[in-house]
Amino acid sequence: MISHLIMAPVLLPLFAGLLILLEVRQRLWLRRATGLIATALLLPIAFLLWQQAAAGDITVYRLGNWQPPFGIVLVLDQLSAMMLLITALLALPVYLHACRGDDQPGANFHSLFQFQLLGINGAFLTGDLFNLFVFFEVLLIASYALLMHGQGPQRAKAGLHYVILNLAGSSLFLFGLGLLYAATGTLNMADVGRVICAGELVSPLLLQVSGALLLVVFALKAALLPLSFWLPGAYSAASAPVAALFAIMTKVGLYAIWRMWPLLYGLQDSPLHGMVSPWLWGLALATIAFAALGVLSAQRLAVLASWLVLVSVGTLMAALTASTPAAWAAGFYYMIHSTFAAAALFLLVGLISAHRGVLADQIEEGSGLSPLLGLLFVVLAVMLVGLPPLSGFIGKLVLLQAVPEAAFWIVLLLASLLLLIAFSRAGSTVFWRHQAGGKPATLPLAAAAPLTFLLLLCVAMVVLAAPMMNVAASTAEQLANAQGYIDAVLGAAEVMP
Amino acid sequence: MEILLAIMIAVLTSCGIYLILRLRTFPVVVGLTLLSYAVNLFLFAMGRLTLNAPAVIGATDQYTDPLPQALVLTAIVIGFAMTAFLMALALRAWGEFGNDHVDGTAIPGSDGDDRR
Repeated sequence: MISHLIMAPVLLPLFAGLLILLEVRQRLWLRRATGLIATALLLPIAFLLWQQAAAGDITVYRLGNWQPPFGIVLVLDQLSAMMLLITALLALPVYLHACRGDDQPGANFHSLFQFQLLGINGAFLTGDLFNLFVFFEVLLIASYALLMHGQGPQRAKAGLHYVILNLAGSSLFLFGLGLLYAATGTLNMADVGRVICAGELVSPLLLQVSGALLLVVFALKAALLPLSFWLPGAYSAASAPVAALFAIMTKVGLYAIWRMWPLLYGLQDSPLHGMVSPWLWGLALATIAFAALGVLSAQRLAVLASWLVLVSVGTLMAALTASTPAAWAAGFYYMIHSTFAAAALFLLVGLISAHRGVLADQIEEGSGLSPLLGLLFVVLAVMLVGLPPLSGFIGKLVLLQAVPEAAFWIVLLLASLLLLIAFSRAGSTVFWRHQAGGKPATLPLAAAAPLTFLLLLCVAMVVLAAPMMNVAASTAEQLANAQGYIDAVLGAAEVMP
Repeated sequence: MEILLAIMIAVLTSCGIYLILRLRTFPVVVGLTLLSYAVNLFLFAMGRLTLNAPAVIGATDQYTDPLPQALVLTAIVIGFAMTAFLMALALRAWGEFGNDHVDGTAIPGSDGDDRR
């Protein structure tokens, strides 16, 4: 039984989503309850899987018992287990927030949410590149529909751009996969690594082209600089819970690069070794700088939050490209922090716009807001800017320690300064400059509960910083050990029924 | 055979890219469709071209690589679904904006202007 647990993060959202589809004509509470049970169940499953992976072994699940590399495999190592756990921890509060009313405009919100989780979890678990493409498509088609959830021309426009861009990206993905198969004769991630190590490459040139094409696709999903212009438009047009869930989506692109780094891009024998990292390093720093300017120029809080997502993408890409286990460990810590904090900011922006009526989330003076919202905003700002004592500070500190490059230090610290200015300006305009008179509308405590849960997770990251860094270090070490991954996947035992 | 296929893929891809860069949604949809045809042909070629051979290993001395065929099948299905979704989306955008410009803002006299 326990050996099949690895399938649960894929199967559970699939069946829950289908069940909710059958319930569409039923009452809303039934759909909400089904979705809530399924989302909450992901949490213990992800935790059990993470515990299983934390022991240090790589679990490989052979679908249909085909022998790798011929069949599709699901692979659970510490990195994928960590990503599953982040997704589950993020999905629950976001779903609870959505159930307070944001889910009503569209009947299919609940099933789409489950299908989105199915795609994300599948992308984290799969050990096969074509299967990764399929899971990308699953998560994308769910995200297209979720992005359009609710009404409005703004959303239709952002949705159209997002869909067209990602469809073009999918075509590039297939071109890249075709070239990779032509160059190596396999699409299994571990086998790609083995073929390169064993020197069985058919054509190094084809591999370089395919690696570069795949990198373009992953960078598009991760929203690295020249491919990032879609993100502020799309995320700021989405409804609050959808944008909060999308906080994990850029991480899927980063995860894919991270996963392929030791097997393809950073491998010593690979023709791609050293070819892409100077480019990525420069682009990562440019992303941070550009996104920090974007944060400063934002006229709306949701746009500000979207640019912040880009700052974290650039920071993480710099950590990835630094390519040392210490930098990766710091990157993992920062990734967890930035996912939760960005999602919390999107949820908070949703609450603020709900309270301000037509003014929504414009950074302009309006009616008074509840002090609780202000308090949450300050905590989030401190966290996202990276001031002590919250998790953003620790995240940036370990990153700066692990990547001792002058350019990185200058860009990251200057960006933090710009973020601080932007947050002070936005916060003082929205919360302090309001028309005199009129009591501010009170905020029900339950409305802020999901968001507070995300904040508490970040606070827990401060308290548990040392054990979490240990976990991150062992995750990075396991990821960097390409030979261990290849041996584990290609030597996987049969799955007993 | 290789040259013919390569030219076909090149023509389809360039037409697709040209159409994706248009301002109206309908040419963009057609462009993405052409691009997906090009991808499907390309995937066929990735397992090397073999003529008059079954995709079954062991049946004859010479066989075609069966994997690209399975991949193309998957890619066709996904591409079909995505095109259908995009058509629905383009119709909704047309309903919202009143024109089929990809930005929803028709510039008078331009490619996306309906008043012409």
